[in-house]
Amino acid sequence: MSAITLDHITKTYNKGTTMAVDDISFAVEKGELFGLIGPDGAGKTSIFRMLTTLLLPDKGTGTVVGNDIVKDYRKIRGIVGYMPGRFSLYQDLTVEENLNFFATVFGTTIKENYDQIKDIYGMLEPFKDRRAGKLSGGMKQKLALCCALIHKPEVLFLDEPTTGVDVVSRKEFWEMLKRLKAQGITILVSTSYMDEATLCDRIALILGGKILSLDTPANIVKEYPEKLYAVKSSKMHKLLNDLRTNEDILTCYAAGEYIHLSLKKEDKETENHLLKYLQDKQETDLVFKETTPTVEDCFIRLLGKQEEKEVTKDGRKEGNGN
Amino acid sequence: MEEKKETVISTKELTKKFDDFVAVDKITFEVHKGEIFGFLGANGAGKTTAMRMLCGLSRPTSGEAMVAGIDVYHKPEEIKRNIGYMSQKFSLYEDLTVMENIKFYAGVYGLSDKDIKEKTEELVNKLGLQNQAKVLVKLLPLGWRQKLAFSVAIVHQPKIVFLDEPTGGVDPSTRKQFWDMIYDASERGITIFVTTHYLDEAEYCDRICIMVDGKIKALDTPFQLKQNYKVDNITEVFYQLARTAKRGDD
Repeated sequence: MSAITLDHITKTYNKGTTMAVDDISFAVEKGELFGLIGPDGAGKTSIFRMLTTLLLPDKGTGTVVGNDIVKDYRKIRGIVGYMPGRFSLYQDLTVEENLNFFATVFGTTIKENYDQIKDIYGMLEPFKDRRAGKLSGGMKQKLALCCALIHKPEVLFLDEPTTGVDVVSRKEFWEMLKRLKAQGITILVSTSYMDEATLCDRIALILGGKILSLDTPANIVKEYPEKLYAVKSSKMHKLLNDLRTNEDILTCYAAGEYIHLSLKKEDKETENHLLKYLQDKQETDLVFKETTPTVEDCFIRLLGKQEEKEVTKDGRKEGNGN
Repeated sequence: MEEKKETVISTKELTKKFDDFVAVDKITFEVHKGEIFGFLGANGAGKTTAMRMLCGLSRPTSGEAMVAGIDVYHKPEEIKRNIGYMSQKFSLYEDLTVMENIKFYAGVYGLSDKDIKEKTEELVNKLGLQNQAKVLVKLLPLGWRQKLAFSVAIVHQPKIVFLDEPTGGVDPSTRKQFWDMIYDASERGITIFVTTHYLDEAEYCDRICIMVDGKIKALDTPFQLKQNYKVDNITEVFYQLARTAKRGDD
């Protein structure tokens, strides 16, 4: 049995004028770490709020551990942990008081379920008398996770837990998730950091309320159809501008240290033609090589496809392609 | 190729204490005209405090700082007229329209009525927001809001613009478009001082500075930093430095 199912779920706001979730179906298996990857406004939070029974779908059905998200809302609320995107603990209560409060609401105590949280709470204990509002970003995030775990939930919903958190704390957080997964907890997590996608068992890339792609990160990357190249030179912005005006280029964009690009024709001749062009443009310290796509490359490609489809009323392109 | 560059920010042993807590600990650095300067550090490293001092919003405890040729101790108000500021948390008035926001900021920055009118038209056209000019900002997609916020932050042609995590939460393509705008501004001679948690963006900066426990632990070009630490990417440099943090994330 799947831990989470969504069957043709649609959610709109403002009397149907704003489409948040557009006929989405997918399932998350028990014990799986599943990632919803997409920018703000993609529909991630609406999906979380429907699955945690805080919002009713317009259409479609869904289940969490076999319970219907509309009819069995009481049951679901007892067996899931939810960490909303916005910090939602009581700012005026201390760390310990917050945790106590959530334990009590779920009819348990910190002592009873200490095993479940000791890993994470251990890092917070030196600050247990500090008010939650006075904690730093990384600490708030750890406390919120403890509060979501204190009743030993079967499924954990984490809505952008790492937004605005530095890279070191982000890494720690994902290590915590790995340990929770090892205990058999099913985790649905959303993020706008593409590099976190590879840490999930499976991911859904979502945009505009639709799933663009759903698979393991490895398979999503494998399905990238074009040959991808990485280039760099000592003047990256000049290089990017030169590439943008070249006719052999299908797509090109900055990707960290390199520029990633694909060609309209994948043959040696086109490659050489491009290299000649770059030499003529007097790029210095040029490096040109084939590279393996990342999840970010796949997402950018899908965004581009999406843009081709969507042209707004005024004829101007909408969206974010390259 | 290095020509002698004009310095637009310079600090010497700049320090900020809150009671016993030393948030920023004797930082000394310079930023040049037109440079894209990345200001990195873990949560709690002191980035925001340092930035607030440079913007004239917080008085240093000790040390020196000149921003756009102005001393932060003596004329903090004048600094504000010479800089732009944008953060993800607050930038635009959501209940005002696109045009109203531009007019409001241009007015606050002291542009003349004629300039305000011209600038407003120019910006709306440049951003391709002609049909959205009278739409409330809160109804725009986040990516457009960020681009608008950046344009508004440099509407008065400041010498420096401070960007505090400007690109959080948007898709990777929009993030890249945002960086195109940063490059354009830098080519027009505007100095960019930017903080980010996306370390691929650190690669786009001319130089980056990494703060740990209130101190500057590294400052160089991305290329040189990777060489110095013998690693392939800035993320690894960041890990190595941030792990030495003692005061932690509290």
